Amino acid sequence: MAAVTLHIARTHLLSRKRQTAVSLLGIVLGVGFFLGVASLMVGSEKDFIHRLVDNAPHITVKDEYRTARTQAAVLLHPDAAVQVRHVKPKEERRGIRNYKEKLERVAGLPGVRAAPVLSGAVTLSYAGRDLGATVSGVVPEQMRGVSIIETLMTYGTLDSLSTNADGIIIGEALADKFNLQPGNSISVTAPNGAVRLMKVVGLFKSGNKGYDESQTFALLKKVQALLNQQNVANRFIFKLDDPYQASAVAREVEARTGYLSESWQEASADIMGTLAVRNTIMYSVVSAILIVAAFGIYNIISTIVMEKTRDIAIMKSMGFHASDIKQIFLIQGLLLGVIGSAFGSALGAGIIYGMSQVMIKTPFASDPAPLPVDWGWQQFALACAFAMLASVFAAYLPARKAGNVQPVAILRGAA
Amino acid sequence: MSAADNILLRTEKLTRRLPGTVVTTLVEDIDVAIARREFVAITGPSGSGKSSLLYLLSLLDKPTTGRIILDGQDLTDVPEDDLADIRLRKLGFVFQFHFLLPEFTALENVMLPMRKLGKLAPAAQERRAAELLDSLGLADHRHKRPDQVSGGQRQRVAIARALANDPLLILADEPTGNLDSKSSANVREIFGHMVHELGKTIICVTHEQIFAEASDRQIHLVDGHVVRL
Repeated sequence: MAAVTLHIARTHLLSRKRQTAVSLLGIVLGVGFFLGVASLMVGSEKDFIHRLVDNAPHITVKDEYRTARTQAAVLLHPDAAVQVRHVKPKEERRGIRNYKEKLERVAGLPGVRAAPVLSGAVTLSYAGRDLGATVSGVVPEQMRGVSIIETLMTYGTLDSLSTNADGIIIGEALADKFNLQPGNSISVTAPNGAVRLMKVVGLFKSGNKGYDESQTFALLKKVQALLNQQNVANRFIFKLDDPYQASAVAREVEARTGYLSESWQEASADIMGTLAVRNTIMYSVVSAILIVAAFGIYNIISTIVMEKTRDIAIMKSMGFHASDIKQIFLIQGLLLGVIGSAFGSALGAGIIYGMSQVMIKTPFASDPAPLPVDWGWQQFALACAFAMLASVFAAYLPARKAGNVQPVAILRGAA
Repeated sequence: MSAADNILLRTEKLTRRLPGTVVTTLVEDIDVAIARREFVAITGPSGSGKSSLLYLLSLLDKPTTGRIILDGQDLTDVPEDDLADIRLRKLGFVFQFHFLLPEFTALENVMLPMRKLGKLAPAAQERRAAELLDSLGLADHRHKRPDQVSGGQRQRVAIARALANDPLLILADEPTGNLDSKSSANVREIFGHMVHELGKTIICVTHEQIFAEASDRQIHLVDGHVVRL
């Protein structure tokens, strides 16, 4: 039975080539642009998260507390009715105290690699020129497990810091500003007035201009001495085997260390929220394109139903059921959806490929990069499913009307 | 075979009224019996209820009251889909206008009821459709669409389609009403052949005296009532 309804449906569409082509074009363009936009949106989101996950720590423990620490008087008399007002918190030296012991508390967590860092603001001076920068004191062998900095190095390695105790690694952009070469020595001044002469033993290039111009690395012990913060780190940075476990691990780390432990998801919650809003807007807009295209299908199938009322009446008089008639017009919608999705997917693939060839240079990047596009099958499946659903839905109303045609009324009118 | 067994179609007090502010009675208290292999013409002036009676007998319209018994089966309260199946297996239709599907060839039009029934294999369906067209003198027109043949030829294709599933009963509504005299004579001849050679039963609405006279019996209607059997 399906073969005869399919034959009639196909014949109806083929006998109106121009109208069918226009309706198909709507679906093809809808699916194509849906894929183009979705690919760019998903691609840029993945690229962003990829950069976030790869370049930044998965978890950062800071020398801060999530909530204000409980005052000693409250700890001593938790049920007291007396309130101690205007209490000034005790001044504490910044930094994570006993950092080695605290780091050991979390080092045993499965799939977790951690490294201590002491960062501080310094002034770099060379050839009469001064520039503000951040120096991060690191332990090379631990840093290698939690940071991609070594992969970004264009000269030297992290181990260059171990072999040269007064060594410093700087960004290429900073080196260009100072006109520095590897092997040159640069003066590093701490806020406390301490000055060290450090030798450039490594260069890196991350592609982020701001980072490359302001970030430097040196041995943790040297930085502790420079900033006068012996035996102190002000950050632990973590990499996890599974970055999407960061939130759960961060809670565990915070419970074990007592210090504020922030996962990459928490640190970027506002951006992740923006991405979600952006995706909602994008899917709404591209879905609207397909809904408009569905109106084209509704239009052609309604026209066919109107033109074919007499044929429908004769088919019903012949013995076709109302459901057979409905099926004929639903198949037309489905055919338009399937063919439109196939050609639309090809168009979409062309658009995605075209976009992937476009090189752009963002204001914060030092090198041009191709537009981040995503070839995930999910977008193709979503676009095709949506197009077919819209097509069948658009065909449903005229199909129902066709199924309800009363042959006698039509045959009387025709006679 | 008893006289009762020989009756293919029988109606009892068949009445059809159109509801509305003013109720219109199309036919009322029709009691007819049509024997197998009988060629019956329904005649009467315009508006007498000829076509209304035919649509009731062809199960396309439902009576307001009364019964239709076809081939021994009482069709009162039979669901619409079952009536459609009965139309497909037991009835064939020929209308004043050919009502062929314009995008399909003569062969495809004739095959349509067979394809819906699905009793024959596709090759057998095509063979039977070709034989029917050949028997009606349309051998050279099998692969032509309705707009590529004459009015008389279209009506012959429609007759071939009505015969496709080898029905017991052919119902025709003014089958020559839109044809020239030569084509009309040809259709009359074919109807005679269907009754006498193929053993079909025919009920045909006509206002043409010459067609009515070619039938075995006339049912004459006036104002929705049978005035002469």
